[in-house]
Amino acid sequence: MKTFVSKAVDPAFAPVPEPHEHPPEIPLAVHDLTVAYHRKPVLWDLELNIPEGSLVGIVGPNGAGKSTLLKACLDLVPKTSGWVQIYGEPYKKQRHLVGYVPQRESVDWDFPVSALDVVAMGTYRQLGWFKRVGKKQRDQAHEALEMVGLGHLADRQISQLSGGQQQRVFLARALAQDAQIYFMDEPFAAVDAATEEAIVALLRTLNEKGKTCLVVHHDLATVTKYFDYLVLLNMRVVASGPTEATFTRENLQKTYGGKLNLLENAVEALRHVDR
Amino acid sequence: MSIADLTDVLLLRNYNTQLVVLSTALLGLSSGLVGTFLLLRKRSLLGDALSHATLPGIAAAFAIMVALGGTGKWLPGLLMGATVSGVAGILIMLAIRHTTRLKDDVGMGFVLSVFFGAGVALLSMVQRMPGGSAAGLETFIYGKPASIIQADFYLIAAATLATAAGSVLLVKEFTLLCFDEGFARTEGWPTFMLDVMLVGLVTVVTVTGLQAVGLILIIAFLITPATAARFWTEKLSSMLIISAAIGAASGWLGASISALLPNLPAGAVIVLVAAAVFLFSMLFAPARGVVPRYIRGRKLTRKVGRQHFLRAMYELLESQGDPDDPIASVPNIPVPLEAVLAKRAWKRGELKQILKIADAEDHVEPVAQGYLRLSEPGFGEAARVTRNHRLWETYLVTHADIAPSHVDRDADMVEHVLGADLVRELEEVIRSQDAKMADAAVPPSPHEITHA
Repeated sequence: MKTFVSKAVDPAFAPVPEPHEHPPEIPLAVHDLTVAYHRKPVLWDLELNIPEGSLVGIVGPNGAGKSTLLKACLDLVPKTSGWVQIYGEPYKKQRHLVGYVPQRESVDWDFPVSALDVVAMGTYRQLGWFKRVGKKQRDQAHEALEMVGLGHLADRQISQLSGGQQQRVFLARALAQDAQIYFMDEPFAAVDAATEEAIVALLRTLNEKGKTCLVVHHDLATVTKYFDYLVLLNMRVVASGPTEATFTRENLQKTYGGKLNLLENAVEALRHVDR
Repeated sequence: MSIADLTDVLLLRNYNTQLVVLSTALLGLSSGLVGTFLLLRKRSLLGDALSHATLPGIAAAFAIMVALGGTGKWLPGLLMGATVSGVAGILIMLAIRHTTRLKDDVGMGFVLSVFFGAGVALLSMVQRMPGGSAAGLETFIYGKPASIIQADFYLIAAATLATAAGSVLLVKEFTLLCFDEGFARTEGWPTFMLDVMLVGLVTVVTVTGLQAVGLILIIAFLITPATAARFWTEKLSSMLIISAAIGAASGWLGASISALLPNLPAGAVIVLVAAAVFLFSMLFAPARGVVPRYIRGRKLTRKVGRQHFLRAMYELLESQGDPDDPIASVPNIPVPLEAVLAKRAWKRGELKQILKIADAEDHVEPVAQGYLRLSEPGFGEAARVTRNHRLWETYLVTHADIAPSHVDRDADMVEHVLGADLVRELEEVIRSQDAKMADAAVPPSPHEITHA
């Protein structure tokens, strides 16, 4: 089969070597990141430098690649090109600094474990192979559950929790990971008011402790209220920076309204060639 | 068959069946453990494809051993052949998944049928080989625990105990893999290797179980105990124990029964015993069984109906009191049946059912035809039910921003499950805003009450 672009020729598809000199040790640096599913690019040439201690909202329309960006940072999807560094090192070396909150729908909640069991999973890495969850890990998990206001539901089977409570269990698990930088995939999706409040309070607490949080977010109305740093994403970074400067009508139009004609045509062309 | 025979077999006093019963029980134990994770990983059918894919390996191993001058019946050799072709089948399945966009079930169906077909063809070919007697190889298709001899037993015991130990050792890792693979990967767990280990354990159990249960039915032995166990518990550790116990018991019992009824295929008997346990669990297990769930649902419906009736009565009585002081002076007088019916748009039959419950609890007293009257305790209960309803409504209006006109419906479902401590909590919340409201015997309704 003939391919549209040869990997060797197109610089966008050429693997970029990891730099030998590390950039300043910021929590997250993304350089030249391109991700493609089945040859259909989802993220193009991303460039990001997230300052320490920011509360980052990642905003963009459906299919903009927001979740993919998180997954690429966490090595869950392969990168076509570019690199990601967490505090100046590749993710593989920095797992202990990272907490992850996947989308709630990504797991089967009718699983025979309790809320505490799920949160304790955040301590598995420090436990290592074969060792069982002990008192220390249970205490840690309890503390995390208290922080999201679910201490009283520790022994509840997870299918017996409401959607918002399940979301908070996932947040608690990330807290139990005791990280420096948190990646959260749509924690605000379809949650009740109490959960939304709890999550916002939690983000504030983490922020006060100097942690960095990247949050995939859908609701434009609350963006300025929740986040101090913004990444507007639509297959590429439309704009990024402090919220006041970035959350402008012009940028939003570029992200949501303005047709990215060239890019879309290119994708369309690729898709035809692939078939 | 006498009862004494059965107890002899069950209690291992019969030397001929001792090994057989012990072997199948051990098999059941380890397939119960491994099957739990296979089920939770949602890969149940992988076991089926694997077991069917072992057949060509068995036939080929037999042919090779005969060609080398043996009888071809050496069990470890046959099982090695089974393992090789079973693993090959899984690898082909994985290759189909990774190189094409076909779904998993297509790959499984393909491997299962093609390998089984090839196995059957090979088997009929090796049966014509000179020198070896292939009679008995079909044991591996349908299972024949009676063919287990001492050497086989040691092999089965070692393999099953090793898999049981392996799955117990890796409980934490397998749990994480089954529940949230993505999270496991971000945490640096080698999820692919864990999957390989899980499939490896499944392979060992499957292959060692071939002789006793047969390759067609071994999947039931892997899945049924775990599925049955799930009905009994919401805890994974208990599920593992229950599943292992069900597996071991069905192996034990199934092999014992088939030892006494040699005309029945043993694999089928063992699986049917497991299926009986499954059926019982599905119907009657208290945690998730069908019947207990139905009973719980019915109880709640009855409770809700009873409370609706009491509140309807109370509100009707309230409307008969002194309009200047409606709360203090609620008279307990007979109420026309028609008014109660209209209040909630009940059908006559429904109300009759509810009245039967109310009567059984002595909440109503007999009065003239066409009228209803609450008894002393019934009136008290009606006041309590109405109070809970209104406290909850008030809470919804003041704390949850729900329009008073909508509150009645929202309050309705929750109030029926309010426990004593929740009511106390509600009182506290409402007292902080309006002390009179919280302390009133029955507070006024936050919305207008219609009597249809």
